[in-house]
Amino acid sequence: MATKSAHHGDNYINFEKGLWSWLTTVDHKRIGLMYMISVMFFFFVGGVMALLLRLELFAPNATANVGQVLKNGDVYNQVLTYHGAIMVFMVIVPGIPAILGNFFLPLHLGAKDVAFPKINLLSWYCFMAGAALAILTFFFNKIDTGWTFYTPYSIRTGTATVLMVLGAFVMGMSSVLTGLNFIVTVHKLRAPGMTMHRMPLFVWALYSTAILQMLATPVLAITLLLLAAEKLFGVGIFDPALGGDPVLFQHFFWFYSHPAVYIMIIPAMGVVSELITTFSRKVIFGYTAIAYSSLGIAAVSFFVWGHHMFVSGQSETAGILFSFITMLVGVPTAIKMFNWVATLYKGSISFDSPMLFALGFLFLFAIGGVTGIMLATLPIDVHFHDTYFVVAHFHYVMVGGTLMALMGGFYYWFPKMFGKMFNENLARLSFVFIFIGFNVTFFPQFILGAMGMPRRYFDYIPAYETLNKVSTVGSWLILTGFLFGLYAIVQGIRKGPKASMNPWNSKTLEWQTSSPPPHDNFAVEPIVTAGPYEYR
Amino acid sequence: MMWFNIAKAQSFMPTQGTEIAKQVDNLYGFLLITSFIACVLVIGGMIYFVWKYRRKTPNDKTAYISHNTFLEFLWSFIPLVIFLAVFVWGWYIYHNMRAMPKNALEINVLGKQWAWEVEYKNGYKTVNEVVVPIGQDVKILLTSSDVIHSFFVPSFRIKQDAVPGRYTALWFRAEKLGDFHIFCTEYCGTSHSGMIGKLKVVSREDFDRYLEQGQEERNLPLAKKGEKLFAVKACASCHSVDSPAVKVGPSLFQKFGHEEEMDNGEKLKFDENYIRESILEPNKHIVKGFPKGVMPTFQGQLNENELSALVEYIKELK
Repeated sequence: MATKSAHHGDNYINFEKGLWSWLTTVDHKRIGLMYMISVMFFFFVGGVMALLLRLELFAPNATANVGQVLKNGDVYNQVLTYHGAIMVFMVIVPGIPAILGNFFLPLHLGAKDVAFPKINLLSWYCFMAGAALAILTFFFNKIDTGWTFYTPYSIRTGTATVLMVLGAFVMGMSSVLTGLNFIVTVHKLRAPGMTMHRMPLFVWALYSTAILQMLATPVLAITLLLLAAEKLFGVGIFDPALGGDPVLFQHFFWFYSHPAVYIMIIPAMGVVSELITTFSRKVIFGYTAIAYSSLGIAAVSFFVWGHHMFVSGQSETAGILFSFITMLVGVPTAIKMFNWVATLYKGSISFDSPMLFALGFLFLFAIGGVTGIMLATLPIDVHFHDTYFVVAHFHYVMVGGTLMALMGGFYYWFPKMFGKMFNENLARLSFVFIFIGFNVTFFPQFILGAMGMPRRYFDYIPAYETLNKVSTVGSWLILTGFLFGLYAIVQGIRKGPKASMNPWNSKTLEWQTSSPPPHDNFAVEPIVTAGPYEYR
Repeated sequence: MMWFNIAKAQSFMPTQGTEIAKQVDNLYGFLLITSFIACVLVIGGMIYFVWKYRRKTPNDKTAYISHNTFLEFLWSFIPLVIFLAVFVWGWYIYHNMRAMPKNALEINVLGKQWAWEVEYKNGYKTVNEVVVPIGQDVKILLTSSDVIHSFFVPSFRIKQDAVPGRYTALWFRAEKLGDFHIFCTEYCGTSHSGMIGKLKVVSREDFDRYLEQGQEERNLPLAKKGEKLFAVKACASCHSVDSPAVKVGPSLFQKFGHEEEMDNGEKLKFDENYIRESILEPNKHIVKGFPKGVMPTFQGQLNENELSALVEYIKELK
């Protein structure tokens, strides 16, 4: 490109100057940073909504002044919908693959860029366009369907479902494009000597995720188009008034959205594998088991969607089969947990903030995992289905799991991304507040669910008040933690001391180039002669 | 089985109103204990290791242990066995939950935004209240007139979606007298959290008397009948009748005979015909300040006699 003739920078950040050079960049590292800024913004918006929801639930509506933050059930339902949709489609699904994956997949493989740099940029624009469409609905015709868009409610409610669904569709394209790009990159651009079995586990995780993205997302796309067609033209696929089947939508929806749960968590498992081995300075235990269990989880995840529908009216036999297959997902997940703990054995463990987040992940994911088995058990799920128990469970897995890993990974790779160090004490403080706040917020919700409090409730009976109060107070602790974290990041970028090439003494390839990396990643193409974690 | 019940006591589950509830709690108790042990092993192991092997010098030597086939087999196999055992145990209870008993007392329940409409075999209708005799198999036949709802009785550990366009069912045999909550657990819009019903378990005699009373209500005066209908059709979730306070829709208190301004500026008299029109074609004339399209039509759901009863009731709201 002609505009690039006058570049002189020594790293990817100062390689070219000006906003336009960022908006037209095809450098995977810059695209990773652009994703980071967008996702952080969406996380902020979704987070503020979460705080409002918790504030509303601080007391039952009968109590004067408190418990009436959101005016009425309609406003609550709208905020709830946007909180869910933003956090799922704009934060947790793209989070790790789009930010850390984009930035580090080529570096991990010893490649100059991803296989299709321009498609990579296109996927960011798809993501932003989809997000813009979805957020646009908020300003003129809010939706209140919940992020699942269940029919026939979503067809009947007189709101902007079609536009929202179109937004999710376009964001889905971004997801598919990123997946495609990653798969080809892994197969085609590995440095000389980097066999599949010498790839870091984060790459394995991204690879498994990419396959899921490619196969599952189109199903969501078709489902959402059908929903839009139903709403616009009344074609009668889902609406019983037109001869459709409302439960069919749930089958379609979860056929995507259950694998999507693993799109959210597998990359987190990849990050945690990197963190545990680096900060224990020890080879990871059971490399092959971890790598292939990612693929195993990805494969089985396509056949478990019916466990969201045990009480929907699907047949007893279907319920039994789905329960059985769901139990099988527990095994590779348990294997990973044991492998991580075994890696710590006889290691040299440091408590740098990324490691704290990784240990936090293990703690929270253990609880998220065992409660997942409870939900897979048929008669117990009948009681827990659509109660706060489910809310607590998936927050433990997605927030406690994915977000902990995202934060840990972010602090871990911060020196590489920006060439500077952050304030370690602030980062640790941030972890402590988030970790404690998280448990204070979500553990009481397990009990609320067992007591029978249904989810998506604007108001509740007085018996549930105390635990809801505790939960709301917890959300303030989480907020405090994130504010400390944000401050640590901003201060680190502005005034942090210069980072060395490899501050954590890690073995993987991205640390064998300067911080921040040059435009082409490596001055000399690396040649790989051993596995990724040869700490001896 | 005592230790399961100890676990149950710590599990914060609501009162056990049925035999199934006890079975579910036993399995849940088992899972709680197993899960607790698993978490202690994983989290405890993690804490022990990070403390014992914390970095002492910058150049600690670490062990090079890449895998251990026996250990890995063991920790894949043991969870698998536990999961399968739990699955089979769950299957057994689930089958009991789903196998509908013959000769059960059948009660029809219709979910609608935002109330449970209950109808007994003798034609007696109530709203948000299901009364059943103790110690008898009861089968609830569910459906919905608008969106998906879900019928949930926490104390009985049972739940089933009410899906428009089809029937679903659940059964239970209550073993405790008293009142239990019915919640809607499938998100259904504005007043989802207000869609709360009561399940009353009474003695056989009380139940028979209850149904008889219901029969007698058919001979009530017109306005009383209207009041009943007003409750059954859940009109009160949108219209207040004892104060001028506005809910989702306009208040009906002391409105009869007065003039109302419509959203197009037109003034209409709030009379018998306007009430009738508003029930059958609610979007034709909207009172100023209220959105169109909120109220569903009741065309085809009320006969002439019922319409007159409602008009009579609204007339008397003074």
